[in-house]
Amino acid sequence: MSQTITPAISPVERKTSQLTSARRGRLLLSAATVLLFVVLILQILDAEGIATIGLVSWRPLFYAYIVWAAALCAAQVMIRGEAGQRAAFVLPAVLFTVAMVVFPTVFGLYIAFTDWNLSAAAGRRFNGLDNLRSLFADIYFWNALLNMVYYVLSVLVQYAIAFGLALLLNAEIKARKFFRVAFLLPLMLSPVAVSWMIGKSLMEYRFGPAATLARHLGWDNPAFFSTPWLARTSIMAMDAWVSIPFMMILLLAGLQALPTEIKEAAKVDGASGWQSFKEITFPLMLPVSMTVIILRIIFQLKLADIVINVTAGGPGGATDTVSSFIFREYRDRSNVGYGTMLAEFYLVIIIIFVALILKGASRWMQREN
Amino acid sequence: MAIIAETSEKPGSIWSRRPQFLTGSLLIYAALVFWAFVSLFPIYWTITTSFKTAVNVTQGHLIPFVDFTPDWKGWRSLGLSPDTIFAQSTVRDEFTLRFLNSIVASAGASFLAVLIGSLAAYGLSRFSYKFLWMKNKDISFFFLSQLILPPVVLAMPFLVLYKHLMLLDTLVSLILVYTLMVLPIVIWIMRDQFDTIPVELEQAALVDGCSIWGAFMRIVLPIALPGMVAAFILSVILCWNEYFFAALLTSSNAKTLPVMVASQTGSQGINWWSMAAIATAAIMPLVLVGIFLERYIVKGLTAGAVK
Repeated sequence: MSQTITPAISPVERKTSQLTSARRGRLLLSAATVLLFVVLILQILDAEGIATIGLVSWRPLFYAYIVWAAALCAAQVMIRGEAGQRAAFVLPAVLFTVAMVVFPTVFGLYIAFTDWNLSAAAGRRFNGLDNLRSLFADIYFWNALLNMVYYVLSVLVQYAIAFGLALLLNAEIKARKFFRVAFLLPLMLSPVAVSWMIGKSLMEYRFGPAATLARHLGWDNPAFFSTPWLARTSIMAMDAWVSIPFMMILLLAGLQALPTEIKEAAKVDGASGWQSFKEITFPLMLPVSMTVIILRIIFQLKLADIVINVTAGGPGGATDTVSSFIFREYRDRSNVGYGTMLAEFYLVIIIIFVALILKGASRWMQREN
Repeated sequence: MAIIAETSEKPGSIWSRRPQFLTGSLLIYAALVFWAFVSLFPIYWTITTSFKTAVNVTQGHLIPFVDFTPDWKGWRSLGLSPDTIFAQSTVRDEFTLRFLNSIVASAGASFLAVLIGSLAAYGLSRFSYKFLWMKNKDISFFFLSQLILPPVVLAMPFLVLYKHLMLLDTLVSLILVYTLMVLPIVIWIMRDQFDTIPVELEQAALVDGCSIWGAFMRIVLPIALPGMVAAFILSVILCWNEYFFAALLTSSNAKTLPVMVASQTGSQGINWWSMAAIATAAIMPLVLVGIFLERYIVKGLTAGAVK
C-alpha cells in the first residue's frame, strides 16, 4: 500500500518495491494455502480415526479458513498492486458468502439423499431416491405447496391495499408524518409477537376484541381458526398487516418521484381523479409496482413464523406453508434427511418460479416501452 | 374549465373549496384514520392488556383509568414492576439475558454485514471486475440471489456444520447466519448510495496522492454514512425479529427474545397479562426505533427499489 501513498519514491524504486512485495505476497498466499490444506488433512485423518491428534471439533479448520481468507486479500494487494486493492473491496463479501452458502447447499444435497432421523439410533444412512419417492407421495407437502399458491396470490390484494394507502399518504393531508409513522409501525414488529398480539389474543374466541366485535356484527360463532378457509384468511390478514407497510413505503416513494407536471397537465385537460389515476399514475408506476410485487413474492415464499406460532399448520394442514411444514418435520419429528429433501425440492421450485417471474417481468416491461 | 380555474385560484385550506372537495377530503381522512386505527390498535391492545387483571380481560375493558384501573400484575410476573424491580427475579434475569442476546446478535450481524457489504457495494459501483466468466452484473446478481434462499434450506446443514464446529447455541453462530441473511439487502442499499456519489470527488483525491482505499475512507465514507446508518437500522430490525434460525440453532445459552416470546406465549396455561407484558417488552424497542428513526428506515427501504 505504501507505494501509492508516498509519491516521493522514484518510478524505478517503486517498480522494485512492487516486485519484492509481489514475491512476498505469493509467499504469504502459498503459506496460508499450505496451512489450510494441512489442517484439512489433519482434521480428516482425525475424524476418520486414522491418526489421533485429539482434535475436539472442526474448529481449527474454521480458523484456518479465516487466516487463508485474510491472507488471500492481503496477497491480492501485494501481488497485483492497484488492481489488487480494487479486488480487496469485493473479496471479503465473496469469501464470506461462498463459505456460508456453498458448503450448506452441497452438504444439504448429501443429507437429502440419506435416511437420517436424529431420534433414531441408527444414524445417517444413504438411501438413494427413497426420500424423493416419499415426497411425491406426501399429500401434506403438496397441500402446503398449494397453500403457498394462495399465499402468493394474496400478495396482489396486499398490493392493492398498499397502493391505496400510498395514494392517501400522497394526497394533500395534514399530519402526514403521524400517519406515515403509524402506518409503518406494523412492519417493525416481530412476527412472533404479532402471532400472540393478533392471532392469540385479539382473535381469541372468548375474550378477544375482534371476536367481540364480530359477535356485535351478528356473527354468532366467531372462531377465526376453525374452518380451513377462515383460518387461511386469518393468517393472510395477519401477514398483510405486517407486510403492507413495506409495499406502501416503496409505492409512496415511487409516487413522490413522479413528475408533477404531467398530473397538472391532466388536470388542466379536465381529467377526473379516476381517469388521471388510470391513464397516468398507474402506468407510470408500473416499474415500481413490478419491483414491489416481485420482492414481496420472494419474501412471501419464506412465510413461516406466523403460521408456526398461531396455528402450527392446522386445522388439518389448511394454513401450512412449506417452511412451517419442514420446520415441524425437523423439530417435532427430527426427520432431518426427509426434511432436507423437501427443502431442496422447494428451493428448486422457487428458483424456477422466480426466474420465470423475472423473465416475464423484464419481457413485459420491454414490450410496454 | 371555469371550475378548475376557480379552485386553483384558492390554494388555501381545504375548507374553502367546493363541497365535493370537502366530502372528498373527509373521505380521505376517514380512510386514513381507519387504517391508523387498524395499525395501532393491536399495539395499543397489547400494551394496555399488560396492565389488566383477569376481570378486565374477560369483560373486554379497553380504556385505562376509565374502564379499568391499571394494575402491575403482568409486569410483576416479569419482575419489572416498581415493587419487584429491585427484588431477585429469575424471570427477569432470563428476560434480560434474552434481550441482551438479541441486541448482541442483531447489532453484531448488522455491523459485520454493513462492513463487508459496503466494501463490496463500493467495489461493484466503481470498478469493473472480471472473475472467470463473471462480470460486475453477475457478481451483483450472485449476491442478490441469496435473497431467494429460504431459511429452511440452510437450517439443517447449518445445524450439522455448527455441531461439528462446536458453535451450536452460541451467539457467534447466530451472527454469522444473520449476516448472511441481511448481506444482500445491505449490498443493494449501499450500491445505490455509492452510485449517487459523484466519481469526481475520488478522482480529485486520487490526483492528490490518496490510494484507492484512502480515498474511500476519507472522502466517500463520510458522504455515504447516512446510507450506512439506514442499512444498519434495517438490518437490525430484520435480525431482531428473526425467529426461524434462532429457534433451530439455539437451545439455552444463545436463545433470543423471539424464541422466548414464542415459548412463553405458546403455552396455554400462562396468563394473558404476563404474555402481554412479554410481548410489549419485545416490541417496545422496535416501536421506539420506528417512531424516532422512521426517516432512515424509509431511506433504507426505498434505496435501489425506486428510481
